[in-house]
Amino acid sequence: MLSTEAPLLSVADLTSAYGRIEALHGLSLHVGAREIVALVGGNGAGKTTLLRALSGVQPVTGGRVSFEGADITRASPHARVRAGIAQVPEGRQIFTPLTIEDNLRLGAYLRKDKEIAEDLERVYGLFPVLKERRRNPAGGLSGGQQQMLAIGRALMSRPKLLLLDEPSMGLAPVLVDQVFEIIARLRDTDDVTIFLVEQNAFAALSIADRGYVIETGEIAMSGPGNELLTDDRVREAYLGV
Amino acid sequence: MAEFLQFCVSGLTVGAVYALVALGFTIIYNASDVVNFAQGEFVMIGGMATVFLTAAGVPLPLAALIAIAAAMVVGLALHRLAIEPARGASPVTLIIITIGASIFLRGLAQVVFDRQFHSLPSFSGDTPIQFGGAAILPQSFWVLAGAGIIVLALWAFFNRTLLGKAVLATAANRLAARLVGINTSFVVGFSFVVSAAIGAIAGILVTPITLTSYDIGTLLALKGFAAAMLGGMGNPLGAIVGGLAVGLLEAFGAGYLSSTYKDAIAFIVILGVLFVMPGGLFGRASVERV
Repeated sequence: MLSTEAPLLSVADLTSAYGRIEALHGLSLHVGAREIVALVGGNGAGKTTLLRALSGVQPVTGGRVSFEGADITRASPHARVRAGIAQVPEGRQIFTPLTIEDNLRLGAYLRKDKEIAEDLERVYGLFPVLKERRRNPAGGLSGGQQQMLAIGRALMSRPKLLLLDEPSMGLAPVLVDQVFEIIARLRDTDDVTIFLVEQNAFAALSIADRGYVIETGEIAMSGPGNELLTDDRVREAYLGV
Repeated sequence: MAEFLQFCVSGLTVGAVYALVALGFTIIYNASDVVNFAQGEFVMIGGMATVFLTAAGVPLPLAALIAIAAAMVVGLALHRLAIEPARGASPVTLIIITIGASIFLRGLAQVVFDRQFHSLPSFSGDTPIQFGGAAILPQSFWVLAGAGIIVLALWAFFNRTLLGKAVLATAANRLAARLVGINTSFVVGFSFVVSAAIGAIAGILVTPITLTSYDIGTLLALKGFAAAMLGGMGNPLGAIVGGLAVGLLEAFGAGYLSSTYKDAIAFIVILGVLFVMPGGLFGRASVERV
């Protein structure tokens, strides 16, 4: 097991670019095992770019990403999933023509163990609405249900680290609370470490142990979630108060 | 009536081959957005390799298997050497690459094989079966049954296996497929290999009826592509219906109007349908992908 000091995920001086336009300018952060860490920031600050780089679907031009002490900066996306990193991407990105059950089953694509059926039932237990409609195409689900499916699909890989990109986007306020409640509970029920990226800074920082504020591809501030919530600069820039 | 039945059977036989070519287009297009114009060359390789292997004394079933394997290797090489290095290029660039590959394979076939027309003996004799006044070649049943089995096998693969669903997932959402750990580059390579095998099988089955030569691929790719467009690009059911429709149009056009213009008749009808239904018969409302 890891010692308490060694972070599960550490990112050092990460740079990433779209063509000649650099989106991340030497970004550094770390996420400890069983932590909930939130990254908040405005549109275009580089939040999604960072998460895509962490999953290996966005090219990295410099710096280093390590997971459980191993360098994964150049690892393929499937190698990272196998290592225990799963992502709930921005805009859900579910497989709309496939059934709900197939979506979940594909979340466990790299697993060969016998407990997949068990985990499927656990996800259905977490989100009963998915079980009711398991044989239907996933495209027929509402936005909130699709978000649940995307979270369930990511859980099916039995991740150690769950990356969530804007889980509240496009959801009704009552659903936002529900989704964040589930995320906060996952750490306790599944021992999952959570790294969450949000424009909804209030909701994200409320459940986070620690938070980072990202501005134009760099970390501008960091600290415990409740401290950032009461910080005047954060309140002004991201909470609108 | 006997005449009508005769045209139906010959149209369905040729149409089954177009349907298999169109299915090859569909599988690769769905997995990678590439329209593979070298699809007809897989049909040529299947037929020609079987002809030359049987001429060298290899028994027909074994020759057929080797020919299918050879086409699969060519399909894999096409992906690894031509498509994969150009990953991220625009679809038009990729299409031009496949046209280049098609010309290259045709040239290679002239060297490896020759420039003559060849045939294979029918698998179960040449005595026509009389049915309702029409004379049906036994080989027609081989073609139709082979196409039917391939369609069923593909259906089972896509609906019953995890790898099949991974291919569908890659087609539906490439980013999400990579995020759940699907090796999408493998999936695309796999789709090239499967399409090559389907094309080769079609080529072997139809050679006793239509003959084969190094350059049959061009027209087959064109007909298969037209069939896929008619059915709606990317839709497997559309590919099958489109293929059979093109085959029937040709047979009836040649039989009732003029055999000189049989290709033109089929294409004019296809143009007419696409004019009214730009997405094809089973097309999605929008095929634009961002």
